[in-house]
Amino acid sequence: MNTDTHTAHADDHHGDGHAHGTFSTYMLGFVLSVVLTAIPFWLVMSGALPSKQITALVIMAFAVVQIVVHMIYFLHMNTTSENGWSMMALIFTIVMVVIALSGSLWVMNHLNSNMMPIHQMSGMK
Amino acid sequence: MTVAINPTQSGEPVFYLADEHPHPEGYSTSLGFWIYLMSDCLIFAILFATFGVLGGNYAAGPAPKDLFDLNLVAVNTSMLLLSSITYGFAMLTMQQNKVAQTQMWLAITGLFGLAFIGIELTEFAHMIHEGATPQRSAFLSAFFTLVGTHGLHVSCGLIWLVTLMVQVWKFGLIEANRRRLMCLSMFWHFLDVVWIGVFTFVYLLGVLR
Repeated sequence: MNTDTHTAHADDHHGDGHAHGTFSTYMLGFVLSVVLTAIPFWLVMSGALPSKQITALVIMAFAVVQIVVHMIYFLHMNTTSENGWSMMALIFTIVMVVIALSGSLWVMNHLNSNMMPIHQMSGMK
Repeated sequence: MTVAINPTQSGEPVFYLADEHPHPEGYSTSLGFWIYLMSDCLIFAILFATFGVLGGNYAAGPAPKDLFDLNLVAVNTSMLLLSSITYGFAMLTMQQNKVAQTQMWLAITGLFGLAFIGIELTEFAHMIHEGATPQRSAFLSAFFTLVGTHGLHVSCGLIWLVTLMVQVWKFGLIEANRRRLMCLSMFWHFLDVVWIGVFTFVYLLGVLR
């Protein structure tokens, strides 16, 4: 390698890899996670909400928020680390996960309805 | 990738790939490890999908309501959450080059992880004792596969943690060990993220059902 190409690459370093947390970001993430964990457990154990459907939706929403909190404060995800490639990999994975989960649940749910035993089917007419 | 242009005598430019510029050792490790974690994420997604499909098939056996003790799950969840923050402290002390404190936080993380595995195995043993074995129903097969795979990951993380503690003890916080500790940190926090899905979809929604 000659000197010219070397200087050409001088500003072509790959970012410093990953972001580091600080004591305050870790503590903020921890406090948020504790709150976001405690509320769903309390909701289910006390039955504070009148309907099961609402409780289910609320605790799923809490799970999604907590996953985002963990991603940001513990896994230090951002759009710039590794020149954005870790975010690209994450987005790709989320797409795959959503397709696999929603597809499986949707198809299998329909299959269950269509494979319903005859005696239950006659009741549906 | 840089393409260098090398003019020949005829003035015709010849395009060729210049030498790869040198990279410091392990410069791509964190991206590679991240991609491994994403592939692991797909494994868990499939297990979650399986549980989602089969989670209601009790085969006249015990249902989540009869089996799960949410108090125990809450304790277990807090063990994993505490181990996440103590690993964070280990990373912070590592950045300050404090070997002894890093080792101490790693040891505390290991103890929390061990407590998590201990509680989970107690829960499994209790369920199996009551006849709720993986063979009992599709729900229980899916449950043991999903939660067991997570537990296996945590156990592997614990072995890895002890290995790294020995490494740090023998060689100190050298560059390679820092890189390894950072990978384990990503692995450990990732397992905590998966556990959020487990306690929400398996335990809380199971008891609600």
